[in-house]
Amino acid sequence: MIVLTPLRKFHFPVMAECINPSVFQGKSTDEIAALALWEGNKQKKLGDLFKVEEDKAESPNITINGDAGEVRRIGMGMKDGEIVIHGNAGMHLGAKMTGGKITVHGDVGGWAGAEMKGGVIEIHGNVGDYLASSYRGSSVGMHGGKIIVHGNIGSDAAVSMHGGTIKIYGDAGQFLGFRMRDGTIYVEKDAGTRVGACMAGGKIVVAGFLEEVLPTFTIDSVKPKVKVEETETVSGPFYVFLGDLADNGKGKLFVSKGNNPHLSQYEKFL
Amino acid sequence: MELLIKNGFVYDPINGVDGEKMDIAIKNGKIVKSVRGRRAKKIDASGMTVMPGGVDIHCHIAGSEVNSGRLLRPEDHAKDFERKTTITRSGVGYSIPSTFTTGYRYSRMGYTTLMNPSMPPLEAKHTHEELNDTPMLDKASYPLLGDWWFVLEYLQKGDLKECARYVAWMMDTTKGYAIKIVNPGGLEAWGFGRNVHSIDDQVPGFCITPREIIRGLCKVNKMLNLPHTIHLHTNNLGVPGNYVTTLETMKCVEDLATDNKPVMHITHLQFSSFKGDGWTTMGSAAEEIAKYVNNHSHLTLDMGQVIFTDTTTMTADGPFQYTLYELSGHKWVNHDVETETSTGIVPYHYRRKNYVNATQWSIGLELALLIYDPWKMFMTTDHPNAGPFTAYPKIIAWLISKKARMATLKRTHPKAIKRSLLPSIKRELSLYEIAIVTRAGQAKALGLKDKGHLGVGADADVAVYNVNPEKIDPSRKYKTVRRAFTNAAYTIKDGKVVVKNGEIVQYADGRTIWLDVKTAEQVKVDDEIKRKFKEYWTVEYENYPVADHYLKVSNPITVKASV
Repeated sequence: MIVLTPLRKFHFPVMAECINPSVFQGKSTDEIAALALWEGNKQKKLGDLFKVEEDKAESPNITINGDAGEVRRIGMGMKDGEIVIHGNAGMHLGAKMTGGKITVHGDVGGWAGAEMKGGVIEIHGNVGDYLASSYRGSSVGMHGGKIIVHGNIGSDAAVSMHGGTIKIYGDAGQFLGFRMRDGTIYVEKDAGTRVGACMAGGKIVVAGFLEEVLPTFTIDSVKPKVKVEETETVSGPFYVFLGDLADNGKGKLFVSKGNNPHLSQYEKFL
Repeated sequence: MELLIKNGFVYDPINGVDGEKMDIAIKNGKIVKSVRGRRAKKIDASGMTVMPGGVDIHCHIAGSEVNSGRLLRPEDHAKDFERKTTITRSGVGYSIPSTFTTGYRYSRMGYTTLMNPSMPPLEAKHTHEELNDTPMLDKASYPLLGDWWFVLEYLQKGDLKECARYVAWMMDTTKGYAIKIVNPGGLEAWGFGRNVHSIDDQVPGFCITPREIIRGLCKVNKMLNLPHTIHLHTNNLGVPGNYVTTLETMKCVEDLATDNKPVMHITHLQFSSFKGDGWTTMGSAAEEIAKYVNNHSHLTLDMGQVIFTDTTTMTADGPFQYTLYELSGHKWVNHDVETETSTGIVPYHYRRKNYVNATQWSIGLELALLIYDPWKMFMTTDHPNAGPFTAYPKIIAWLISKKARMATLKRTHPKAIKRSLLPSIKRELSLYEIAIVTRAGQAKALGLKDKGHLGVGADADVAVYNVNPEKIDPSRKYKTVRRAFTNAAYTIKDGKVVVKNGEIVQYADGRTIWLDVKTAEQVKVDDEIKRKFKEYWTVEYENYPVADHYLKVSNPITVKASV
């Protein structure tokens, strides 16, 4: 089990898609230290930037102790294993991953879990923009797996989401679930405006304050509770909106009734 | 520069050579009888198949619509890129590769001549700029003339001679090669948000029907003695039940044929052979179409074979692309090219488990197998509409082996499997027939005298594949054949070895072929035309024609017209 410790503060972005359990598997610490990565426009070795140690104890496959806020693409495309980061992590964390688990005890940059297909990402800090989104031009974002964020997230999260679950225990930015087709998003606190714009399917639950619902959503009913996961139900009551009708969508938007008295005007349409 | 390809099994259908073991001698970029000099470079092709360089009659590789497709699909580039080497440039794109990469990839498969089938005359300059940057290949473009106002006006007046002169002028102005007609009348109607639904519908704004456009341009084509026939994309393309229109279109030029010569090429026939009255009842009309084609000799056709992959559809058929956009809900580009044509682009993923897509896949192969004469039916994917050209080896495998196509069929949609005719078709093409459908037939239909064969005097475009027809049975070892056709052992372009074992070893510039049509009386570019340019176009006449210096390597073919 490998422990990586940054040797210094990074001033330039480090592209480290080699920090991946399946790449490390079967390699000695020397071989791991010799893996190539880029720091800015210079090609470096992993050993130049990190202290690589082996930990004999029963521990996650890869542990990073220290600030990796400039280290991008950690666990990109990972299939199995576990990465734990005690500190911040950079952009593209766990993008396109298909399995395994990443835990971050710190903040994470943008594009975390972009286009992921499976596995779990748990983040105990805040996250940047484009969480679990699709990359530019692509029409498929997150397809499966689970993301749990204990802090706040930026805007444009879950763009073109096609499956999986995202649970956010903080606030969410604008355009949450833009062009979403399937899957579930739960926001425990407040969400920014334009939630679910162009959504075609799936479920978004906002348990906190939501300033406004897009005019292309129509109110359907008021429900006392909503299922977020197989084993987890959140009690409301919730206003249920359907949309986005501009795109013939059949998505469901649940907004807490208690925290949003200004939405009571919709009740007359029920 | 002399070259000798020794001891290969040669397939040269135009000269009737069927797998004979012989040597091919090359001198100064041409095939010659023999080379004497000891200095001649020798290529040992023993145990390999030698064919003329591949010819593709219909592939969208350059022009404004291809480029818009590239802009539309960054995700297509992200998933497929090539690094630069000492010889090749870097490039990106899976379904619509960048120009240089297109050249390299075709060359790796042993192709040497391509036809870019839809060039809006207004975008001709752009098209030729891209073709200049498509190396390793000879190429030509077909200007879209079926909905050009000048053509419609003169056909409406019944003045075929004047129409012919304008078409000849357009060939020279755009440096084009053949008359391309897309959804005749429909594109003009699309400018006003409408379409035509049969070949006898009136075109809005003109007193003319698609039938008159097709027949008129067919006659014009004959008057001008153009080497290729008219190149037609039928009305009602991609609509269930459209095989009736296709059959009518085929019948409408029957009487114009003389001496058993083809007078019309219907392209990507698969998209025009649907039965049924909706997507749920959609089925294959391959039997009906094949029956007609087998009994008539005035047609050549190409497949438009669907490949199960994520691709980008792009045609001048704006209304069809709008339908596809509504069906798929994907990104869409819609464009009206002034007085000439329209364009639409929509990314599309053909899926095995989709009934319609699986049936389309089956229709393409059914047509290719049920039309018995390989000189009539050629292999294309209508790149990139039904799939990227890099899938050609897959189609060769499906055509050459029943085992291969059944293996794919059984992984498709259950209802499509049930309705497919493929299980009942035993025919397996031989390597000789593959040589016809991938090069000889296409070159013959295009009227390219120096291409598609290995006779003395032909261009020295040769492909050598690592298939030993004596040792392997292609129908059982289809995977070997597929691998061999994916990476040619050698590709020779104009006498230069450009590819060895699937790697580019030398850069070569291809030529741009175009027609210099000599009419007795030429179109006078007078004030009247210039006034029309001022009124109808956004460009002045002076900026319109493609000048000679625009072509990197110009290869005009002079044609003497009978008007």
